[in-house]
Amino acid sequence: MMIGHIAARELRTLFLSPLAWSILAVVEFILAWLFLSQLDQYVRLQAQIALMQSPPGLAEVIVAPLFGSAGIVMLLVVPLVTMRLVSDERRSRTLPLLFSAPVSMTEIILGKYLGVMAFLSLMLGLIALMPLSLLLAGSLDLGQFASGLLGLFLMLAAFAALGLYISTLTAQPTVAAVASFGALLLLWVINLAGNAVDDSGSRGIFAWLSLQQHYEALLRGIFNSSDLAYYLLFIAVFLVFAVRRLDADRLQH
Amino acid sequence: MDTDTLIDVQHLTRYYSTHRAVHDLSFQVRRGEVLGFLGPNGAGKSTTMQMITGNLAPSEGRVLINGIDLLDEPLRAKAALGYLPEQPPLYRELTVDEYLTYCARLNRIPGARVRAAVETARERCGLSDVGRRLIGNLSKGYQQRVGIAQAIIHAPAVVILDEPTVGLDPIQIREIRSLIRELSAEHSVILSTHILPEVQATCDRVQIINQGELVLTDTIDGLTRRMQRSSLHVTLRFPPALARLQAIDGVQEVEPLEEGSYRLHHVPEVNPAEAVAVAAVHHGWGLLALTPEHASLEDIFVQLTRSEPVEEAA
Repeated sequence: MMIGHIAARELRTLFLSPLAWSILAVVEFILAWLFLSQLDQYVRLQAQIALMQSPPGLAEVIVAPLFGSAGIVMLLVVPLVTMRLVSDERRSRTLPLLFSAPVSMTEIILGKYLGVMAFLSLMLGLIALMPLSLLLAGSLDLGQFASGLLGLFLMLAAFAALGLYISTLTAQPTVAAVASFGALLLLWVINLAGNAVDDSGSRGIFAWLSLQQHYEALLRGIFNSSDLAYYLLFIAVFLVFAVRRLDADRLQH
Repeated sequence: MDTDTLIDVQHLTRYYSTHRAVHDLSFQVRRGEVLGFLGPNGAGKSTTMQMITGNLAPSEGRVLINGIDLLDEPLRAKAALGYLPEQPPLYRELTVDEYLTYCARLNRIPGARVRAAVETARERCGLSDVGRRLIGNLSKGYQQRVGIAQAIIHAPAVVILDEPTVGLDPIQIREIRSLIRELSAEHSVILSTHILPEVQATCDRVQIINQGELVLTDTIDGLTRRMQRSSLHVTLRFPPALARLQAIDGVQEVEPLEEGSYRLHHVPEVNPAEAVAVAAVHHGWGLLALTPEHASLEDIFVQLTRSEPVEEAA
């Protein structure tokens, strides 16, 4: 109930600023460009693909690379969406409104999280429409498509949770954006550090920590419950951190 | 506990690392009372307000709002609380109506009554004409009113206003003051301010805090009595010798001021004003002015906050 009201205001505020609209426009444009060039490539190579013994489907040639790129674009974009969540309220001193209202810290955080997720889901919906348009002219492995879509959704949810947490740490939205971006990028490439280590155990840990590894499996259409667990844990951990951090505001110094 | 005690603050203490901002503060506010909270900058006024409203956890002590412990049951206690911080917590990108609707929902007003609550709050704070305007485009005075509207929208038992008249013009200040008086009919109000006439105009009781400790708690009547200094200011056209003024019954000391003006200090029990007038007429001193002198609230304030804290009983 309260969560819904907070989420609705968050979404409304997002759309009242030009930021949300420009983010939607830019992301759509870039991904549409990538989608079309991928499609173009497929059309050019169609004759050769048809001669292959087990030809890759549209999902494999177009959807997986598209969602792969979308993941990277979102890595850049989500921090911009989440940066204001708490830091802006702290800067303009509107947090007392929430703190002195009969609302718990958990409700505040979940409300903000849901608000931002509603925005990101909208964006995800628009992205999903591109591959779905292929159904007009051909067939698509819907299983792989759904798995990729779920992967992208979980990825966005994880990005948003981390961004929300970092936004509770500061009063400067730009600092929150830069820090979230840095943290996400680190988690994205952390498996590279693992590759350099000989010890297979620690390599496994680094690989498991990486956001990218779990995403790639889902893009290939492999649904593994451990990947799902990874994302859910990731989200839960940062949301709990955010609640704790906001609660600590009352205890400051 | 008395059911009409809406705010009960017990031994509230707050440290910022080693600095003690508020020390062992205890007070009560009853229904229908306006408590003025005075103090110089940095005395701990805002810290106290933040603790009473659940924005800051106290290091020690308890706060009961309407008999509900703020730390044990924050949600129930906060439902009975309206707070206007020093800087009104406004979302500049929303319109007044959108903002107040959001505040009404945050305070768990049932959906069907939200509209009516927004309407009432807007009317009481003189915002009827600006409902559709963006808060960011309103003048400071109107923004302040939106802040107050936000604090009273759910008709809370306790309203806490931190410097509500800052940045308002004199007419608006009078309106806000009458609004506060109006609120005090059903609610308890705590008003923090450093504008001393405001306290005299709106409050029933005054607390002065200095360096985190209460240095004075008194009713406005008690304060007015305290302000009666025992001296008269006299101006005469043909002043007599000092000794003759001194000889008037009740006069303790005569302090010559400028030409023809004197300050007569007297014992508090006897007011020699009448005797002075009679003597002046009788001897033809040419009485021009005869005024009893008052200490202002400002004098008391300065005296209390400069010197060592003195414990005063209410």
